[in-house]
Amino acid sequence: MSRLKLFLPLFAFLALGVLLWRGLALDPAALPSALVGRPLPEFELPKLGEPTSVARADVVGETALLNVWATWCYSCRVEHPFLLQLADRGIPILGLNYKDESDPAQKWLAQLGDPYRLVIEDREGRLGLDLGVYGAPETYVIGADGTVKYRHVGVLDEAVWADRLAPFFDRVEP
Amino acid sequence: MRCLLATLLLLAILPAKAVIETYEFSDPSLQSRYASLSQELRCPKCQNQNIADSNAPISRDLRAILYAQLEAGATDDEILDYMVARYGEFVRYRPAVDAATAWLWYGPLVLLLVAVVSVFWVVRGRASGTAAPQANAEALANLRERLAEQDEADTRD
Amino acid sequence: MLPEFGHLSLILAFVLACATGVLPMVGAWRKNAALMNLSGSLASGVFVFTALAFALLAQAFLTDDFSVRIVAANSNSLLPEAFKFAAVWGNHEGSLLLWALILSGWMLAVVAFSRGLPLPVVARVLAVMGLIAAGFLAFSLFTSSPFERLLPGTPLEGSDLNPLLQDPGLVIHPPILYMGYVGLVVPFAFAIAALLGGQLDVSWARWSRPWTNVAWAFLSLGIMLGSWWAYYELGWGGWWFWDPVENASFMPWLVATALIHSLAVTEKRGVFRAWTVLLAIAAFSLSLLGTFLVRSGVLTSVHAFAADPERGVFILIFLALVVGGSLLLFALRAPQVASSIDHQPLSRETLLLINNVIFAVSALTVLLGTLFPLIMDAVGAGKYSVGPPYFNAVFVPLMALLVPFMVLGPATRWKRDAGRRIWQEVRIPAAVAVTICVMAAYLSRGNLWVALAALLSGWLLLGLFWDVHLRSKGRSSLSRGLAQLSPSYWGMCLAHVGFALAILGATVLTQFGDERDVRMEVGETATLGDYSFRFATLEQAKGSNYDGDRGVFVVSDSAGLVTTLNAEKRRYFASNQIMTEAGIDGGLLRDLFVALGEPLEGDAWSVRLQHKPLIRWIWAGAIFMALGGLVTVADRRYRSRKARVASASGQDAMRVPT
Repeated sequence: MSRLKLFLPLFAFLALGVLLWRGLALDPAALPSALVGRPLPEFELPKLGEPTSVARADVVGETALLNVWATWCYSCRVEHPFLLQLADRGIPILGLNYKDESDPAQKWLAQLGDPYRLVIEDREGRLGLDLGVYGAPETYVIGADGTVKYRHVGVLDEAVWADRLAPFFDRVEP
Repeated sequence: MRCLLATLLLLAILPAKAVIETYEFSDPSLQSRYASLSQELRCPKCQNQNIADSNAPISRDLRAILYAQLEAGATDDEILDYMVARYGEFVRYRPAVDAATAWLWYGPLVLLLVAVVSVFWVVRGRASGTAAPQANAEALANLRERLAEQDEADTRD
Repeated sequence: MLPEFGHLSLILAFVLACATGVLPMVGAWRKNAALMNLSGSLASGVFVFTALAFALLAQAFLTDDFSVRIVAANSNSLLPEAFKFAAVWGNHEGSLLLWALILSGWMLAVVAFSRGLPLPVVARVLAVMGLIAAGFLAFSLFTSSPFERLLPGTPLEGSDLNPLLQDPGLVIHPPILYMGYVGLVVPFAFAIAALLGGQLDVSWARWSRPWTNVAWAFLSLGIMLGSWWAYYELGWGGWWFWDPVENASFMPWLVATALIHSLAVTEKRGVFRAWTVLLAIAAFSLSLLGTFLVRSGVLTSVHAFAADPERGVFILIFLALVVGGSLLLFALRAPQVASSIDHQPLSRETLLLINNVIFAVSALTVLLGTLFPLIMDAVGAGKYSVGPPYFNAVFVPLMALLVPFMVLGPATRWKRDAGRRIWQEVRIPAAVAVTICVMAAYLSRGNLWVALAALLSGWLLLGLFWDVHLRSKGRSSLSRGLAQLSPSYWGMCLAHVGFALAILGATVLTQFGDERDVRMEVGETATLGDYSFRFATLEQAKGSNYDGDRGVFVVSDSAGLVTTLNAEKRRYFASNQIMTEAGIDGGLLRDLFVALGEPLEGDAWSVRLQHKPLIRWIWAGAIFMALGGLVTVADRRYRSRKARVASASGQDAMRVPT
């Protein structure tokens, strides 16, 4: 039996060990958006609280956040104060009211404050589906050219903003 | 009570819960395609469940899309492409067969071929007795062992 | 107070485990009989203190001591008694203690049943087991202590056990599964002991076999229980999902199956020694890998415990030391223990080698599929999922490939045989099997899978039956003839019968199983194949810690009333979780399955109806396999006289300490 052959299982295991070590640093549940690098999908949906509608062309033009939220989503309430802070700092935030009702949504914003430049009403969740939304809250970074740059799933807070999202805005004058 | 249950169900993001959709299909073949595709598509949110068995809201939506697309006449590939375009390869339990996944799909075959070759090599190549001689003490011990078991050893047992 | 004693007990167990791991090993190395003789009492000590710790934890659960953190997190005063006890292992910390308990139990068993073994061997075996035990106890003590307290701020009530776990399944599945999973440490320890000692003769294989067979039997049973539990508990009628945690238990089983066959060859003919040692190392390594996968959060699974990277690091380091160390030892020492091939191509050795190789490839295939998402993520190639469609596609052909060799195996002689002679033996079963195959093809209206399964399983079953016939004739009576067949042989027959049943069951189920999702109002009837289900009444369901709705379904077929099934939708008070309890009518030839979905408008419910033919054959098959494994242990060989073993292996008979 050749000596080297006997070491094969050990080498295979060491390779496996390295892989598992690497795996400890990864999050198997984290799902990056399939649209990163691709354009924001076309849409034409009503604007919340107004009789007009909004289309893709209306929202593309500057680097902005697209925040997916709903009144039935508890975590959205948790992240809301931080969104107001970001809006104060001049960061453009677009809202996507996902699978929700008009009245409760408007009341919610009236009560808690409105950080959004405008809110797209996606009652059926069609735009959400095209974006690959799978649960609120989610926040997308949309580039000035209309491409999806990044997606964060979950509550948005200072740490996440500073670490992952702020870099997309550094080059843009607020 | 019913209302409470229904609301809870709507909000529940529970894994491992029976979900029963009562879609009527215009064609029985669509029904079986629905069954197999809904088991092939993964719920993006859940802890490793397909959309057939998950009660997450997103699973409901994806099942509705699946139903609509099947009724509209889309092929299996078109439906899968549609889902992958939005949710990534993650959403398929049967990975596509392409350059990236080739080693997954062909790996077992390669392993099997290596195994078959090894068996041949071991059995054919060595039977001619080119093996290294055993240490004497060991051979003697073996022999003693075998002799001691003559009464119960049966070459066919 | 008592939980602190439990903690102390655990520390003592850890210290003793370290001592067990070191002292006898030094003794064997230095040929110091005094040190080696300590192994028995040290190992027993590990068991005593681990058992004590476990008992004290159980006591905390049974007396609702919510000052213990895991009791508060996993139990509730309204929980039925049996589930309070099972809740001990219904969480990460407690299940780890169960792992340690069962490991120490196996150590005790080795102490008890190793009278005939040479002292250095026993010393090394127990030392290896002691080291592993020390690792697990350290893991428990330093990262996952079950005795952590909530003082002050003891809650008045616990959070309740996950409703999915509130089931008899939790009481039996984990302990039995762990018996097998952990039990693979024994052949592992024997293998390491042999490598360390630098010698591996047939007696090593003889000593290892009963332990391996029993561990394998428990593992088979444990996996079967998991499958059965998932089937009736989860409410959608599935029995295997190729989930990472399921795979974590299945891979050791595949390798252990190869191991039991390889050990047979090594014992009988003295060949494949290095390969058998490698399999023994691999089987337990996969057990450890499984432990890592389930508890580190590296893979997503409904079964996984809450992930904690710190724990993951600990287990990974432990894994690296144990598996890396063993494989290094193997690479260095294998030539000393290797054997040479002296059999002809057509012989039982070759057939068993083929068996080994197919099981090894199967295990690697499952490993590949399970790790693929992780590998792709680690190299930045994206997020992928691998599930049942993939696994079924690659695994089923491998198993189908196996069966023809299983048929030929018992009929083929050791060392060398002739094709013509084998054909003489198998041609009658083969002919009958082909007839059955044709009949099955006709009855199933041309279903190739069923025909193939009928051919393979039929040939396997008939072949076994014919083999028994051939071996038992030539004596004065049938009973005499049968009596001369050894338990080893009967075990093989039972296990192979089990395998055939499982294949048949799985094939018929997947090909002919029927399912319907319907909207039903009270009073309505729906049909599924030959059966009609009438939604008779909707009642209130009440339990000690839940309430909900119960749908009563009356099932009948063309011959009349078949059964009444209750399908429930429960809401558990403490956690507010909703659970589905399916109504199942289990039968030898088929299961009928009803589950409530959601309430719909108009006082209706969505209902899932399923007809599952031969599903119980899958589990019956596993039970037969387990029985087969256990029966082999009764064989006379394993009760051989000390003197014979001592003289044949050329050593003085040294007493094993009591």
